[in-house]
Amino acid sequence: MKVAPLGDATLLAELGQRVDTALNTRALALAAALSKRRDVREAVAGYGSVVVHYDPEQVTYKGLSGAIQKMVQAKPPHAEPGRLHRIPVVYDGPDLQEVAAELKLSVEEIIRLHTEPIYRCFMIGFVPGWAYLGPLPEKLRLPRRRVPRTHVPAGSVAMAGAQTGVYPLPTPGGWHLLGRTSVKFFLPNSDPPTLLRTGDRVRFFAT
Amino acid sequence: MVQDLGRPGRRGFGVTPSGAMDRFALSAANLLVGNPEGAAALECALSGPTLVALTNCLVAVTGADFGPTLNGEPAPCWTGIFMAEGDSLAFTGRVWGARVYIAVAGGLAAERWLGSAATYSLVARGGFHGRALKAGDELLAAAPAPRPAVAELMLPAQSRPPYDEEPSVAAIAGPHLRRLSAPSRRAFFRELWAVGRDADRMGYRLEGPELEISGPDLVSFGLSMGCVQVPPAGQPIVLMADHQTAGGYPVVAGVARVSLPLVAQLLPGDHLRFREVSVETAQSEWRRLRASLDSLRQ
Repeated sequence: MKVAPLGDATLLAELGQRVDTALNTRALALAAALSKRRDVREAVAGYGSVVVHYDPEQVTYKGLSGAIQKMVQAKPPHAEPGRLHRIPVVYDGPDLQEVAAELKLSVEEIIRLHTEPIYRCFMIGFVPGWAYLGPLPEKLRLPRRRVPRTHVPAGSVAMAGAQTGVYPLPTPGGWHLLGRTSVKFFLPNSDPPTLLRTGDRVRFFAT
Repeated sequence: MVQDLGRPGRRGFGVTPSGAMDRFALSAANLLVGNPEGAAALECALSGPTLVALTNCLVAVTGADFGPTLNGEPAPCWTGIFMAEGDSLAFTGRVWGARVYIAVAGGLAAERWLGSAATYSLVARGGFHGRALKAGDELLAAAPAPRPAVAELMLPAQSRPPYDEEPSVAAIAGPHLRRLSAPSRRAFFRELWAVGRDADRMGYRLEGPELEISGPDLVSFGLSMGCVQVPPAGQPIVLMADHQTAGGYPVVAGVARVSLPLVAQLLPGDHLRFREVSVETAQSEWRRLRASLDSLRQ
């Protein structure tokens, strides 16, 4: 594990670089344990890392780094499987035909492959409610669009690389748009303001 | 727009902290009028508003110098100013800096969202209906002035951050600095960087020597204000108050808290130089600057 500063009150603890449920589970457990410390203001898990916002008036950088090294060695607590969300999708996205042609698959096969796995929410971030879901079946993996769209509507169901997700807000975006859902992923009137939590599971179904 | 010291504890849901770009100036403005330092106040980029007092109040103007005037006469910055009903606070034009802060005794009444009054434009939440102010909007104080309005506190220039149009910005070596080639690492900390045209509340794109960066793609991780990312094309981006909460570009350095106000006051075309400091040095420089805010508490 590597610990390095992101500033003078923030550090990054990197556990690994894989897209992997076990690694992500360890990162989540470490973030949860760090959040309980009085000298930590916020701990945010990534795929295989934790960003720690700490109070330098209560702990030194070296002191906290040492504590994190020790915490990582502890056996992670047994993690309960995350909540399962079933998300209805209308598969009529503007990129569906192009994706089918590039992957040499029929639209039906793309829908079948995309709805087959139970995806894990590895991380929430980038914009409010954006959930990084994966891993995507190998057969569906494509690099991002060469020219990103300047406007992607909220609710667009999309994929890129080994990831899939739902645009929570109308934003620019470079992922391939497969369809749309009416389920809201950003819930501005709730706290937390997102449908998903890191560690939750998602399965799409076609309607 | 209305800002405070930011929205705490929601990064893990993708909600960026927002809040004042120059947090020192916002804190100082609040303390100068007797408010808690994180009260809601105005952040005005590039030009100042004309504000007419609907009732007697104490205000303070800090941050950039946009030539403040009270009823047409020059008004001082970094000090409390008493406004009587009908008085007009206006700005003649930018002298230096990017953002002015205006605090009113009692703090501004503002829409709070997830624990903060900070305006977050992307989702149109917080502050004044989630948007920038426009002519005709009426602002109310959140509470009566916290103490008798005595307009005499002031923060002298030597107690403020060393604002400059070409500041030396303290930065700490980040987790992926070694992904830069050795010449690029030297260039990063030695060369002059220009603030590019894309410079807003989310971040500043910097222009200067092209940096050579290599290494396999990173899986996404959390980010914070002050992180300096380097995308493959080699032009760094400094993340600011409305930054994305996660990303996968290498982070080569982190701007120290003590220098974030200096960056917050830069505009496209201004320059900066990074100076490498240790975490411990950055923290002690911050404590010294922080002490001048504490001297304003009564």
